Amino acid sequence: MNELATAAPTAVVVLGLVGAWLLVGGLGLLRPNAVGWVARVLFPLGALIGLGVAAAGVAALLPAFAPQRLVLPLGLPDLPFHVRLDALSGFFLALLGSAGAGISIFSAGYFRAGEGTAPGLLCLQYHVFLASMAMVMLADDAYLFMVAWETMALSSYFLVTTQHRLPEIRRAGFLYLLMAHVGALGILLCFGVLHGGSWEMTFDAMRASTLAPFWMSVAFLLALFGFGTKAGLVPLHVWLPEAHPAAPSPVSAMMSGLMLKTAVYGLLRVSLDMLPGGPWWWGLLTLALGLGTALYGVIFATVQTDMKRLLAYSSIENIGLIVAGIGLALVFRSFELRVLAALALTAVLIHAFNHALFKSLLFLATGSVMHATGERSLGKLGGLIRRMPWVAAFALIGSLAIAGLPPLNGFVSEWLLLQTFLQTPRIPHAFLNMIVPLGAAVISLAAALAGYVMVKFYGVIFLGKHRESSLAAARDASWLERIGLAWLALGCVLVGAFPQVALDVAGRVTQALVGATVQRGPSPWWMAPVAANQASYSGLWYWVGLLLATGATYLLVRAFYRGRTRRTAQWDCGYPWQTPRMQDSAEGFGQPIRHLFGPVFKIEREVPLPTDAAPKYRIQIEDRFWAACYQPLGRLLQRITERMAVLQGGRLAVYLLYSFLTLIFLLVCVL
Amino acid sequence: MPAPTFATQVLQTLAGALLLISFAMLAERRSRRLVTLLIWQGVVLVTSTLLVAVTAQQPHLFFSAALTLALKVGVLPWILLRLMRRLGIERDNEPLVNVPTLMLVGLGLVVFAFGLAQPITALATTVIRQTLGIALAVILLALLMILARRKAFTQVIGFLALENGLFFAATTTTYGMPMVVELGIALDVLVGVFIFGVFFFHIREQFDSLDLHHLETLKED
Repeated sequence: MNELATAAPTAVVVLGLVGAWLLVGGLGLLRPNAVGWVARVLFPLGALIGLGVAAAGVAALLPAFAPQRLVLPLGLPDLPFHVRLDALSGFFLALLGSAGAGISIFSAGYFRAGEGTAPGLLCLQYHVFLASMAMVMLADDAYLFMVAWETMALSSYFLVTTQHRLPEIRRAGFLYLLMAHVGALGILLCFGVLHGGSWEMTFDAMRASTLAPFWMSVAFLLALFGFGTKAGLVPLHVWLPEAHPAAPSPVSAMMSGLMLKTAVYGLLRVSLDMLPGGPWWWGLLTLALGLGTALYGVIFATVQTDMKRLLAYSSIENIGLIVAGIGLALVFRSFELRVLAALALTAVLIHAFNHALFKSLLFLATGSVMHATGERSLGKLGGLIRRMPWVAAFALIGSLAIAGLPPLNGFVSEWLLLQTFLQTPRIPHAFLNMIVPLGAAVISLAAALAGYVMVKFYGVIFLGKHRESSLAAARDASWLERIGLAWLALGCVLVGAFPQVALDVAGRVTQALVGATVQRGPSPWWMAPVAANQASYSGLWYWVGLLLATGATYLLVRAFYRGRTRRTAQWDCGYPWQTPRMQDSAEGFGQPIRHLFGPVFKIEREVPLPTDAAPKYRIQIEDRFWAACYQPLGRLLQRITERMAVLQGGRLAVYLLYSFLTLIFLLVCVL
Repeated sequence: MPAPTFATQVLQTLAGALLLISFAMLAERRSRRLVTLLIWQGVVLVTSTLLVAVTAQQPHLFFSAALTLALKVGVLPWILLRLMRRLGIERDNEPLVNVPTLMLVGLGLVVFAFGLAQPITALATTVIRQTLGIALAVILLALLMILARRKAFTQVIGFLALENGLFFAATTTTYGMPMVVELGIALDVLVGVFIFGVFFFHIREQFDSLDLHHLETLKED
């Protein structure tokens, strides 16, 4: 082990930290029902390990770092586990560790006794989930990758079904597990194609294998299918809006913020690292799927009334943006425009990192709100900014970031993505030249709608009046929860303020993947990824300007209106007899979008008559894909299995006959 | 082709006897007679193993023969007869397929087995060549017997006949398996019969009968 440690010190450190995660999980089983032990000791410990993983990931991103390999003395005989730490895995490890640390600290204050699974068991599942995600990023052969991937799916399945006594949660869990396995099948087949007949399962052998163009495309499509299922690409997204809300909030945060990123990692690893190059239609297909997903996700997010479902659909939108960026990178790479591919990839990486931060932050904030109020339906919340000022402040940062507003981090990545789209005229292909810029319009639409969604999310939960009188008793989050939220919010602010650092870090990865980096520009304070005279942005200067303007306004208002400010009821509009039920509701807020994009939804609505004494309004919005793709598939499967059931008549003699005939058949084959 | 020696001829006669016993088992309905036939099959096996041991000078086959004698002529029939008495089994019901049809199918299987064994016997250098086909036929006939019978008890006898066929194939074509393997198989068969015995009692307790069609009610719809 000594020579290993000297040959690959960072990788050994990461493996040790992964082992420590597993150990912490195992310690949870010592006293499975002791909430204090699990929450106050083990989860903070897990958070510390997360910081270590992040640090190791950052170390792998330093300029002097060379990829480190290890062959572990684990696995099957003659099929050991291979581990490799390079810039790409380092980047995603940094993402996993840093966001995971925030979620762990929050969880320390969040988990309580008596909610489904015992805390100790939950702690084990949680840390196995984290460790398996780290192993996915470290794996350097298909065998270890699939083992880690399936461990990840299973541990998260158990976390989703924490409250397994509720039938709808069991149903959501089953759907998730089913889709996870279908996706894993795609990935497995993809690796099966990639080894190119050599039957070597290491990624190195797959990189070296030469495939016919047809098989390369097959491998790519399988990877897109497999990782797309995990990422929630439309139409493979159906599990996501069910599973994310079913899980406890920290788990939703992990699944949305971290686990979806393993799919992004896998897609990058296969399509850009292991497949040497491909035709441009790969990129176009990925781009189209990504754009469709982004638009679809955000449109559905606008009409949701459950706050966690809303965030889940918003995750679909963000994954769509990320996948669209990967598509662009593939298009550019197929035309050997390496710098532009690097630009697209930079946007992808930064957006993945940002999404891990702000989506985790928002899911955790919903967790605090749910604990404080017991409500998750937007129709029963409101006015919580007075009761939960800390959570409200952090959620505001998250909402602004996800809406893509400067000077926060969401703006940086979306701006970079748009910049990339603006470079498409440089593609030497007339057709693509015209088609791809349309994507920029879709991205802008999605970004604007995302802003709309966040206004709804934040406004309905935190602003206005309490829609239920019980909300007046809501208490703010505990200090451990606040630390977790603050950590993630700090990340949003820092990436927004110093985007040029993020650009440099992503550059290490793009150098490894497409052999080019994006220059940050001549000035250390400004980011000019394309050319300084075309577009440049400085988060820090924006912050300075914003703070100066706000401060000046505040001082001016104080100076001129001293003693003349007064507090009144919110949304009053001069009408003094209004009740909290007269406020704009979540349904009402989404109505214009529902109207505009009517054909997208499958709406079931009950509108009361004006004469109704007890009026009741009910609306149910469903996914069209469910009825169009999945139900026919399910019916087909049902029919086939019913046919197959005939084989299982229950008669022993018939079963014996099957074995007998099989034997005779095999003997005939030998003959 | 050199003229077959006396020992070879005797061995072929024994192989023929084994096949004949298999057919007899296929047609027999009384449980007690089935056990008797099983004992006869064991005796034939012991004789043939001794013969191979002498002609091919394979001393370890003497141990095999002794083991077979003790197990297949002694212990197993004793257990089976005891079970029969305890469970009050007299005769099996009518087979699922009537006996003449079963015989015809069995003939077809013998032809198939000989055809199957032909390329292998052409390569074999051991004393006995034609016996492999017979051994395969015995195995297939035993499978057919398991398939066609209704009662669990008869199926166990079929299972033991199957094992006899395998043993015969092993001794005559390759001078027996390694001692360790043979001991292991003998132990397996013994344990298997014990477990079957336990199952008999359970099945009878549950359904008041050893007729296996009662198990069909266990299927979930």
